[in-house]
Amino acid sequence: MSIRPHSTTETPLIVLEDACKYFPVRRGLTRRVVGHARAVDGVSLAVARGEALGVVGESGSGKTTLARLVPRLIQSTRGRVLYDGQDVETASGRDLIRIRRRMGIVFQDPSSSLNPRTPVRGSIARPLELQGIRGKEATRRVLETIELVNLGAEVLDRYPHQLSGGQQQRASIARAIILRPQLLILDEPTSALDVSVQAQILNLLQSLQAQIGLTYLFITHNLSVVRYMSDRIGVMYLGRLVEVAPVGPMQDRPLHPYTAALFSASPPLNPRLRNRQRYRLVGDPPSLISPPPGCSLHPRCVFAVEQCREEVPLLVDAGDGRQVACHRWMQLALAVQTG
Amino acid sequence: MNMAKLLQVSDLRVEFLTGRGTVRAVGGVAFQLDRGEVFALVGESGCGKSTTALAVMRLVPPPGRILGGSIRLRGDDLLTLDEDSMTQVRGRHIAMIFQNPMVSLNPVYRAGAQVQEAIVLDQVPKNEAWRRAVDLLGRVYIADPAHRALSYPHELSGGMRQRVMTGMMVSRQPDLLIADEPTTALDVTIQAQVLDLLLELRDRTGMALLIITHDLGIVAEIADRVGVMYAGSLVEQGPVFDIFEEPLHPYTRLLMRALPRLTKGQGSLHTIPGQVPSLIQLPPGCPFHPRCPDRMEICSTKMPGLTVPAGGREVACYLHGVGERQ
Repeated sequence: MSIRPHSTTETPLIVLEDACKYFPVRRGLTRRVVGHARAVDGVSLAVARGEALGVVGESGSGKTTLARLVPRLIQSTRGRVLYDGQDVETASGRDLIRIRRRMGIVFQDPSSSLNPRTPVRGSIARPLELQGIRGKEATRRVLETIELVNLGAEVLDRYPHQLSGGQQQRASIARAIILRPQLLILDEPTSALDVSVQAQILNLLQSLQAQIGLTYLFITHNLSVVRYMSDRIGVMYLGRLVEVAPVGPMQDRPLHPYTAALFSASPPLNPRLRNRQRYRLVGDPPSLISPPPGCSLHPRCVFAVEQCREEVPLLVDAGDGRQVACHRWMQLALAVQTG
Repeated sequence: MNMAKLLQVSDLRVEFLTGRGTVRAVGGVAFQLDRGEVFALVGESGCGKSTTALAVMRLVPPPGRILGGSIRLRGDDLLTLDEDSMTQVRGRHIAMIFQNPMVSLNPVYRAGAQVQEAIVLDQVPKNEAWRRAVDLLGRVYIADPAHRALSYPHELSGGMRQRVMTGMMVSRQPDLLIADEPTTALDVTIQAQVLDLLLELRDRTGMALLIITHDLGIVAEIADRVGVMYAGSLVEQGPVFDIFEEPLHPYTRLLMRALPRLTKGQGSLHTIPGQVPSLIQLPPGCPFHPRCPDRMEICSTKMPGLTVPAGGREVACYLHGVGERQ
C-alpha cells in the first residue's frame, strides 16, 4: 500500500496544537462547578491536504468533540486550532464564516440532520442560500451536486421521511459538498445504515474524494470502516491521542497496547480467526472527570509498570510516519490478526 | 431419553395489521437448535429477525400476531400453551436479553434486587436469593459484586448493565438464552467481554444461544450455525464456516462482498442494487428476485422452498435445486 507523499513545505490543512476541551461538571442547586470532564486533553495533530485521516476510539474518547473543534462548533479551552494556516479560535465572525464555507460536515443520523418539514431540496440548497446564491444558479448547483452523490432529481421534492436511509445520507452529503469545500468532516456517517447501504455510501465517499480532491476527517468506532476509508488513523483514549500511524502498519503491528486491544477485540469478519490472540483490557473505562494519574490506560493495561502510574506519556515520533504515546512501546512487540 | 431437538421452529408466520396494509414480517421461517448450540439469525433492518425472536417468546406486540407454524421446546408446542404455562416457560426455560439494558432494567431498583427478584421466583428465601444474586454478579465479571449489587442501573456503565441483565437472565438456568442485538449499544472492547461471557455461560451450563444481530463480525466470532434472513424469509442456513466461505444464496454472497474487509486503494466494495421490498407489498416469488443478479424466470412466480444441498445446509434458491413451497 502506498502512502500519499506529503510535501513538508506545504502547510497542512488542519493543525491542532495541544487542543483541549474541558466541559464543566455542575452539581447541586447552585449548579456549582465541581470538576471538569476532559473530553479532549492536549491533542496535537496535522492533517495534510487530500489526506483521509480516520479517528477511532470508543464512546467518551473525545473523537466527536475533536471533530467539532475544527469548525469551532465548540470553543476550545486551551491550545490552538489552525485551518489552512488561519487560527480558527480567534477568527472574527466574518472570517469564521469564510473558514466554515470551506468545510462540510456529515453527521451520523441523516433523519435528524435534514429538516423534516421541508422537501430535501431546501436542506441541500440551504448553504447556497446562506451565501446569497438563489434562483437558477442555485438550481443548477443543486442538480449538479445531487448527480455527484448519485441521487435522481425526483428526490428533491420529497420530504426526508419519504427517502430511504441511504438516500437521506446521500442528501446530507450533497448538502455538505454543495459549496465545494476542501474538507469534509464525517462523524460516524454509516453507523446508522445497514451493511449493503453502508457499502454504497463508502464507495460514494471514496469516489468523491478522488473526483473533487477532498480532505477527510473521518470519525468512527468501526474499525473495518476506518481501514477502508483512511490513509492514516489516529486512536483516541480518554481525550488523548495514543497512536497515529498509516493504516497498514497500524493494523498489523500496533505500537500502543490500547490500539492492540481495540483492533484485536474487533471481530475480523472471518470465523477462522475467532481464536486469534487477543489483547484484553482489564475492567471498564474510568471517568473523564477524574482520569487516573500517569498514563490514563494504566489501570486497564496488562503491560503497565511503575512509570505508567506516575508519568503521562507524550506522543512521540516512532519512525515511519508513526507516533505513539506509551512509555513501553519499544519493549512491546504487539501483533494483531485482522480479517 | 428425549431425542427431540431443544428448539424446533417450523413454518413460523407473523404479520402485523396496520392502517396501510398487512405487514408480512415473518413468512414461514424454520430452524432448530440443539442443546449448547449457538445459532445466529442475521439480516438487515426489517428482515424479521427480531420478530422471529419475540415470536419464540410469544411476545410479539400488537398489532402483530402469530399466524401459524409451530415452536417446539423439547417437543412441546409453545403456540398451544395457555398464558400461565407460557409464563412458566419464559425466564425458567427461555430467557431473553435486549439491545438496550437501560430500558430492560428497572431504574428505581438496585441491580442486586432485580437479580434477587428473579431467583425468588424459584421459592428461594430472600436472603439466600440476595447471596446468590451477589454471587451471580461476580460470575458475570462485575468487580466488587457485593458493593455493585447496591448500585442503581444509572450508576453502572453500559457494559456492566448488560452483564447484570445477563446475570439476571441466566440466574434460573434457562435452556435457551435469546440475545437480541446484545452488544449493539456497546463499545467493541466491552462487546468482546460480553460475547466471551455468553460463550462461557454456554460452556458452563449447556444452554443454547439464539443471537439476533445485523453484525456479521459478531456472527463470525461466536456462532456455530447461521441463518440469513431477508424480507421475512430465512434464505439460507448452515454452519458458520460454510456461510462465510461458500455462501450459496445470492443475497448472502452479495452481503459478504459488501463488507468492508479491504483497506483504502484496494478497490471498491460490492453493493446490492435496488432496495429491500416493502413487507406490505412483497414481490411475487422469491422476495430477493428483483435485486438478484442470477434471477431466472421461475424466481418471479414461485417462492423457492428450502433445499438441502449437503452438510447441514439449507438454501431457498432455485440455483440449488427445485424445492418449491406451496
